[in-house]
Amino acid sequence: MDSRKVVIHLSNIYKRFYIGKPNELEILHGVSLDVYDGEFLAIVGASGSGKTTMMNLIGLLDRPTEGEYIIDGVNVDGASDKELSVIRNRKIGFVFQTYNLVSKTTALKNVELPMLYAEVPRKERTERAKAMLELVGMGDRMKHLPEELSGGQKQRVAIARAMVNEPAIILADEPTGALDSVTGRTVMDLFHKLNKEEGKTIVLITHSPELAEETDRIITLKDGNIIGERAGKGKS
Amino acid sequence: MNMFLENLRLAFSSLSANKTRAFLTMLGIIIGIASVIAILTVGNSLTMSVSTEMQSMGANNVTIYVDKKDVVQEKRENGIVFGKSEEDHDMTEDDLITDEMIYDMMKAFPDTVEAVSARMQMGAGTVTKATDTVSVNVFGVSRGFFVENKLTFLSGEPFSAAELGGARNVAIVSDKFCRDYFGEDGSSCLGREIDLSVNDMSITCTVVAIYEYQQTMVMLGQNTVTNLYLPITTAQNLNHSKNYADMTVVTKVGVDSNQAAKELKDYLNGFYRSNPYFEIDTYSLASLADSLNEMMGTITTAISVIAGIALLVGGIGVMNIMMVSITERTREIGTRKALGASTTHIRTQFIVEAMIICLVGGAIGVALGLVLGALGAKILGYPASPTVGSVLIALLFSMGIGLFFGYYPANKAAKMNPIDALRYE
Repeated sequence: MDSRKVVIHLSNIYKRFYIGKPNELEILHGVSLDVYDGEFLAIVGASGSGKTTMMNLIGLLDRPTEGEYIIDGVNVDGASDKELSVIRNRKIGFVFQTYNLVSKTTALKNVELPMLYAEVPRKERTERAKAMLELVGMGDRMKHLPEELSGGQKQRVAIARAMVNEPAIILADEPTGALDSVTGRTVMDLFHKLNKEEGKTIVLITHSPELAEETDRIITLKDGNIIGERAGKGKS
Repeated sequence: MNMFLENLRLAFSSLSANKTRAFLTMLGIIIGIASVIAILTVGNSLTMSVSTEMQSMGANNVTIYVDKKDVVQEKRENGIVFGKSEEDHDMTEDDLITDEMIYDMMKAFPDTVEAVSARMQMGAGTVTKATDTVSVNVFGVSRGFFVENKLTFLSGEPFSAAELGGARNVAIVSDKFCRDYFGEDGSSCLGREIDLSVNDMSITCTVVAIYEYQQTMVMLGQNTVTNLYLPITTAQNLNHSKNYADMTVVTKVGVDSNQAAKELKDYLNGFYRSNPYFEIDTYSLASLADSLNEMMGTITTAISVIAGIALLVGGIGVMNIMMVSITERTREIGTRKALGASTTHIRTQFIVEAMIICLVGGAIGVALGLVLGALGAKILGYPASPTVGSVLIALLFSMGIGLFFGYYPANKAAKMNPIDALRYE
């Protein structure tokens, strides 16, 4: 296991808010975690456990107060905002609970968006976006607007968007949280397929123990500490 | 380039998503730009009409006349200071401009003077034929008069040197006179003799030319009295006077008539140095045209300032709507940031959007302004259009407004914290 490449290396991460104020708050108390290439990892925990903060830090939407974070060989400590946006663009694919597709913009254009910021030429953008939509089974809905798609379809477009720049990891925050169980199932199946067949590294953040069980490894957070780590059923 | 086109596409799709709102936002810009363009067009039309009018009146004419010297103050015995009153010194024959002066002047300014028009007003006259009489205004004129006034000759020619030199009894009349007098078509009265009475004197003269009578607006509908011209020499003989109180110099093409007016005045005043009461003064229509143009410029500027205020208000409207738009699209901004958009990307996107709103508004404003301006110019009777430059400036200016008023909201969007933006409901 240790011979595999480490994609995410978190070492002794602290996150505090309202620093220096009377209401100073420490959310993460020295968390360490390695995520390996091709792994399907779940981070579980009740609300208030620090999951969201953890995901913001991994997703580089926020910076740790203390500790070391290396993503795909890049130490993000001291990176400027502009550099962080480039790292986000190339190394991380977000999948949100509420899809966050850009409205009034077709599925195809939504998938092209990360490549636009990566300054991929127009023609290549369209080709890659089409291929990615085919992969997630949305090849026949490319010209549809988000408003014209069902929740499950939207989430599949969002997954295509997350993968299109070939990121080091896909960071999925409660991806099935807004879906009914049947649709949620198809989305989870898609994640499994991408993990197994495409070798994608996926970090799933969820409060659902059942979904977490399907993954390779489950990390349990409680009150800002990792209190447990075990293999899931997905591990074979 | 990639990014720029994408921003344009985004801006237009954002506009089309909120058409009514976009239009209302643009309204301020539209009104501002339209009024600037309309005013420029109407202003151009007015300026053109004024200068055309001036040209027809003779912008290259310099009028020269004998004037009183600045009031000479005289101290009376009782110590009260009086200005010299007008009656004190009537203009005498010696105070007037002589043929010699004109001759010398023409020799001194060969490059300036095209023609000299001396005119002697004889007053009202009548032409009698049996029991019928036709009234005319009688003038004694030189050859230069016809150059100055650009009369159109239907038949015959201006007075010849022989006719002027010999002070012959010949006359140039209007076609209207011919019809009134002979009841005939114009040309057949050429060569006829007419009996003219003016200032209690009677002469018989031969019609040597007929000019086309131009009906002016002022005279419309009235039974007008046309002008009858005699050679200036003939008029001098009748009046027992040889000199002139005023004359007009037609300057050559390309000569600055303002400058010419000054030079001619200085030159002619050389003859008046010893004259205690009178001197020569001159004026040109060009100077009048200049001051009219200047006035037009002032009016245009004043109205443009008001239009500028409309644009300012329009710009604030754009800023306001951009703030609303950014708040509405907070989640989109958060998503874009999560997907790797930098602050520069976001800022550019919204600045381009604000600039497109203003540019589209500006373009509509230009179109509307051109239509309004054309209507106004049509009413004034002089078709005119603003220069391509002013249209370009208007469009650039409206884009500038977009840049200026779009920067603050765009910057606000760019500086949003992605976590808060993503969570925004």
